[in-house]
Amino acid sequence: MIRRAVPLALRTLVREWHSGELSIVLLALTVAVAALTGVGFLVARIGAAVDLQANEVLAADLRLESPRPIAATYAEEARRRGLQVADSTGLLSVVFNGDESQLSNLRAVTPGYPLRGRVMVADVAFGAASVATDIPAPGEVWPESKLLASIGAQVGAELSIGAARFKVTRVLITRPDQGATFAELAPSILINAGDLPATELIQPGSRVSYAMLFAGSAPAVRDFSVWLTSNKTPSERLLDISESTPQIKTAIDRAGRFLSLASLVAVLLCAIAVAMAARRYVQRHLDSVALLKTLGATRAFTLTVSLLQLLLIGIVAAMIGAMIGFAAQAGLVVALKDLLKGELPPADWTPVWFGFSTSIAILAGFALPPLLQLSRTPALRVLRRDVGPPPLLIVLAFGPAVAAVVLLILWVVRDVPVFIWFTAGLGVFLGLLALAGLVLVRLTTSMRSGVGVAWRYGLANLGRRRVESVVQLTAFGCGLMVLLLLAVVRNDLLNDWRKSLPSDIPNYFFINIPSEERDEFVAFLRTQGAATSRVLPMIRARLTAINGKTVAGTPFANPRGQGFANREQNITWTRELGPDNRIVAGHWFTAAEVGQPLVSVSTEFQEALGLVIGDRLTFDVAGELFTARVSSVRKVKWDSFQPNFFLVFPPGPLDGTAGTWMTSAYFRPQSSSTLADLVRRFPSVSVFDLDDLLAQVRGVIDKAALAVQSVFLFTLLAGLVVLLAAVQASRDERRYESAILRTLGANRRTVLQGILAEFATLGVLSGLLAAVGASIAGYFLAKHVLDVPYAPEPWVWLIGIAGGGLLVSVAGWLATRSVVAHPPLVTLRGG
Amino acid sequence: MTLDIVLKAENLTKQVTSPEGPLTILRNVSFEIAAGQSVAVVGASGAGKSTLLALLAGLDAPTSGRVLLAGVDLTALDEDGRARLRAEQVGFVFQSFHLVQSLTALENVMLPLELAGRTDARRTALQTCERVGLAQRVGHYPRQLSGGEQQRVAIARAFVTQPAVLFADEPTGNLDTVTGEKVVSLLFELNANSHTTLMLVTHDRSLARRCSRILELSGGELLPEQAVA
Repeated sequence: MIRRAVPLALRTLVREWHSGELSIVLLALTVAVAALTGVGFLVARIGAAVDLQANEVLAADLRLESPRPIAATYAEEARRRGLQVADSTGLLSVVFNGDESQLSNLRAVTPGYPLRGRVMVADVAFGAASVATDIPAPGEVWPESKLLASIGAQVGAELSIGAARFKVTRVLITRPDQGATFAELAPSILINAGDLPATELIQPGSRVSYAMLFAGSAPAVRDFSVWLTSNKTPSERLLDISESTPQIKTAIDRAGRFLSLASLVAVLLCAIAVAMAARRYVQRHLDSVALLKTLGATRAFTLTVSLLQLLLIGIVAAMIGAMIGFAAQAGLVVALKDLLKGELPPADWTPVWFGFSTSIAILAGFALPPLLQLSRTPALRVLRRDVGPPPLLIVLAFGPAVAAVVLLILWVVRDVPVFIWFTAGLGVFLGLLALAGLVLVRLTTSMRSGVGVAWRYGLANLGRRRVESVVQLTAFGCGLMVLLLLAVVRNDLLNDWRKSLPSDIPNYFFINIPSEERDEFVAFLRTQGAATSRVLPMIRARLTAINGKTVAGTPFANPRGQGFANREQNITWTRELGPDNRIVAGHWFTAAEVGQPLVSVSTEFQEALGLVIGDRLTFDVAGELFTARVSSVRKVKWDSFQPNFFLVFPPGPLDGTAGTWMTSAYFRPQSSSTLADLVRRFPSVSVFDLDDLLAQVRGVIDKAALAVQSVFLFTLLAGLVVLLAAVQASRDERRYESAILRTLGANRRTVLQGILAEFATLGVLSGLLAAVGASIAGYFLAKHVLDVPYAPEPWVWLIGIAGGGLLVSVAGWLATRSVVAHPPLVTLRGG
Repeated sequence: MTLDIVLKAENLTKQVTSPEGPLTILRNVSFEIAAGQSVAVVGASGAGKSTLLALLAGLDAPTSGRVLLAGVDLTALDEDGRARLRAEQVGFVFQSFHLVQSLTALENVMLPLELAGRTDARRTALQTCERVGLAQRVGHYPRQLSGGEQQRVAIARAFVTQPAVLFADEPTGNLDTVTGEKVVSLLFELNANSHTTLMLVTHDRSLARRCSRILELSGGELLPEQAVA
């Protein structure tokens, strides 16, 4: 039977193209597949990059990291066991080319580095990369292209780092342990570890990250790992491949899931368009199915013909959609180039299968039930037009659609609670939109008595096809709203936040100020006209026990608590409570309490670990155990850009520990040489330019928003497809009405005006709905998530209403203008 | 001489439910039609002509009674079984032509052959199109053809499988007199040449008189048959 059905299916498919529904189905499926596969490709490629780098990200099989120099005994033991060893020491420092400077991530490495993976270098900045077989020779540096560009240097230039000078001999393209995909902000520069002392960058208490790398045969590495675990100090962190990337994986997984869910909204809207188009397809094909049956076709045959056509459309849509998705993803990768370090591996084909499955699932869920009904059209219809197919059982009519939606969402979220939240949230969101849409449509249509004939005709159409109007309003409003919301969040909230900061807010952070240079450093800043904020000591400490109970291995419900318990913290001690700190429990250190073993914790620290006033916290400070009692909880305003700490101790107990100092300052260097002077005089001090940092943060946010916006663009497209499907579904009716209007004396212009009035109203209402929604969500985000003042934005309303009106008018007009072109006599004669 | 009975109606009754209660459209209609005969079914509007045609062709099922088409009891078959029997034994010509708008004239004529799984569909359909005088119009779509041409396509489509019985429902109802006359001539000519049984539903008494028998319905009942003058 299939052999007989194929030619007929193909022939009628090609001929039916101009009738519209099949192209709507194709368009809707294409948009749905493009949205899903675009996100799928992007996430899969980033995921693959992480997997690929997992083996190399350590530059070794085992990596021991420590904030303090690592004992040489480990290296001796490793070599004794036949392992290779190399060192990599990292710190932030400013690199100079004359007066041009740039904060850089300095990596000093020993011969043998990297033990795993490769360092890629080029002969010129941004040049073709080749594998480096050695490390920089003494006196040489390999900076990254970006670094060279920012200080206007080239290969052969002489650069100053700290107290030493270096010659640029090659350009660093990538190194294996540069941190996975979302890059560290400062560009890297590679030097020979033998040159590090000459720079004088490392002073007591400097923030330096030491790493010792080990590699060898798997059993030797395993045995050594066991030995090292039992011999290392608690502040030394041992990393192997299995734990090198879980955080990144989780982050990418979450981002991917968010983007996939966002694209699912587009997919669901497209499914609605498919259902609308399928319904009209059925209406138009009742006669031909009845005829085919009269001519002897069985029900199975007519169903097979329809199914074959659908399958073909599904496959073609999946192919085109996947191509568009691939192109969109490739475009995004180019746009996000700066965020994604290195080349991403090519995409695999998994998203294509997902696209195909989505296409088929939408068809099976939303187009199959009407087709099943179509196949049940009785042959008797050829004699009696009023005879139609019997209605489908509710289960058959809606079951497949519900099943398809549930399967698609479950496939993306793979988590039942998230599925329930997403589905319920989406249901409530769309329900509210639909309700608001219904109210708007009712209000608008009730106003039609006060307008001219064209507008009355347009508004009457909105009211008469009320369900379709509300569906279009919801679909289009939804797409427009998410785009507007992103724009609000991205621009205004960020600007509001910046505006909420005082103008003399510190713009430079200085850390690693040695104790003995502190007064001189502050005096230097003052002579340059910089207003320094408080200068605070800083040392690292690790929480080891709470009320005598050791925290290592203790599970914490709050993931942040886990972090506080496992990682070293920066701590300080002071007598003064900063104006940007507010005591919310307990009391600040009194004069009598100076020198006592007390600690003031920030609200974040207190909440994450579930602490109460009076709890005893034990810390490991430079190898010494020290217990302090929680005496107060502080609410810290972190965006004041002042030095602030989770943990503050009173002066006294920690005075003797070797710490460095930090401060921030509002500082407009008179010339670029001022900063150069500063860094030359105080080489171990690390300088952070907050303006640069903010600009970089802004860049990251902009690019992340771009990725999300591209996905939401598909949602808007899906809204347009729903509009087209609705127009298509009402085409015969519109054609007939247009014919009657014209027979009664209306000219083409009047009819066209009526059509424009209908769509302009629909678009304006969608825009209104979108602007209201985006403003409410923006307000909520500002007040409760970002904690910044919310300023209502008139342009959101302007763009929403004007943009919505224009877009829908143009799309609706383009889709319906042929209706007016059809001669009325032909229409009324049934042609 | 024993005539081959190709179509037999036995006590056919059709009732439908209307808002006013059950409505009997056909009541105890019985007759036999031999192979090669041409039979006109006449009667006023609402007499039950189209319903009788639908029951005889298996497009609808009777409330009681049965139809034997080529010896097969239609009432014993399910919908698909009746469809298969139609594909093998029945041809149709309708008042409103019922051509598939997205197919060309030739493709419309090929359709029943393809449904029956015939491999020579194109060649046979072309020959039939030539027989009805449409050789020059085979590549045209229905909308590009006049009413008379469309009905000729419908006739070609009905005859192309050489069915045992051809049902025609007001075949000239949508045509002007001259075109209608040409179409009717064609219908009878093909009927005579291919020994098909023709069953014609019509209002047109003069058309009915060209048939070998006339069955007249009135209020859902079959009136006693009279010889054709």
